[in-house]
Amino acid sequence: MRRPGAAALLAAGLLVLPGAARAHLVTSGLGPYYDGALHLLMSPVDLLGLVAVALLAGRQGARAGRLTVMMLPAVWLLTGLAGLTASSVPDLAWLGTAALLVLGLLVAADVRLAPVAVAALAAAFAAVTGLLNGAALAAAGAGAPTLVGIVLAVLCIAMLGSAAVVPLRALWSRVAVRVAGSWVAAVGMLMLGWTLQAA
Amino acid sequence: MNPNRQPPTTSALAPLLLAMVLWPVAAWAHVESGEAGGFLSGMSHPVSGLDHVVAMIAVGLWGAQLGMPAIWILPVVFPMLMAIGGMLGLLGAPVPGVEVGIALSAVALGALVLGRVRLPLAAAMILVGFFAIFHGHAHGTELQPGENATLYSVGFVIATGLLHALGIAIGLIQRWRLGGVVLQAAGGLIMAAGLYFLWRALQ
Repeated sequence: MRRPGAAALLAAGLLVLPGAARAHLVTSGLGPYYDGALHLLMSPVDLLGLVAVALLAGRQGARAGRLTVMMLPAVWLLTGLAGLTASSVPDLAWLGTAALLVLGLLVAADVRLAPVAVAALAAAFAAVTGLLNGAALAAAGAGAPTLVGIVLAVLCIAMLGSAAVVPLRALWSRVAVRVAGSWVAAVGMLMLGWTLQAA
Repeated sequence: MNPNRQPPTTSALAPLLLAMVLWPVAAWAHVESGEAGGFLSGMSHPVSGLDHVVAMIAVGLWGAQLGMPAIWILPVVFPMLMAIGGMLGLLGAPVPGVEVGIALSAVALGALVLGRVRLPLAAAMILVGFFAIFHGHAHGTELQPGENATLYSVGFVIATGLLHALGIAIGLIQRWRLGGVVLQAAGGLIMAAGLYFLWRALQ
């Protein structure tokens, strides 16, 4: 039998070249769409902010919830695409952290807001987070399919979260929502400390 | 050169090739490593010191004695003010007498539970919030670098909230006459523990 040449060994070696360019993007092994969904689930700041938005929208009623569920993924997608294609994106991570504090406080204080105001807050949060997501995906060599995975995960969480909160009437359940908001606000406060310390 | 020597066959190279194909993609480094460590580290921090633990449980006990709405407002106020203290600690802002403040929180909250003292809600919030800053500052100055800051913070806040919830759950025994007495006795124990911590802090 013919002895494998150097080219064959080189080809075999190429098979084991590490995927270094996938740094900082969680790999699900199921393709870019699920990578995107997993990226959201593994990004605690994004996830906490999203949960806070869903809780806030749910506490304001069904109309606010519906508006938020429509606005949040749409803005996230648009700004995500902008981040993917932009040559440079300003470092707005502190703004995402500040959003945790604001959204958490609004939930904890059980502030009553108009549905349009809730949707606007959701859109502002989605704009910042989507832009940062897009820039992060571009830096990691990922593309629009990954962003779509993120956005659809956002849609699911926002829809399920707000829909779970809208019908809550029992005192203990409303208290639980407010306590969750206070925890988000506390995390936002600590994160601001970390951010300022790093700066 | 040995003319009888055979060239290596494919079967000889197969294990090597198989090993190379199955080699893990080790350089997927940076894949969110250490996340659980950050969370667990944050979770364990508030329970790592008995002085913190007794004070946080005392908040829940006192809230349970005060009833609605203090039973849930106090455990909401504490983590938020504690986070402010944590932020001050992270920024290196000095807060005098942190250890003394922590010990005094156990003394004061234990005494309030022991005496079943009923303060106006605003006063109770201010008192609990004031002591929370000391607890937060102590944690803020002790946070370990290199871990995921967000997950650390999440674990830290959740652990604090769970300690309050434990206090509230224990405090529910006051529905029974004997339970109320046991609760007051628990307040006395917390106060005694606080005095011990105070003595140590002043040494």
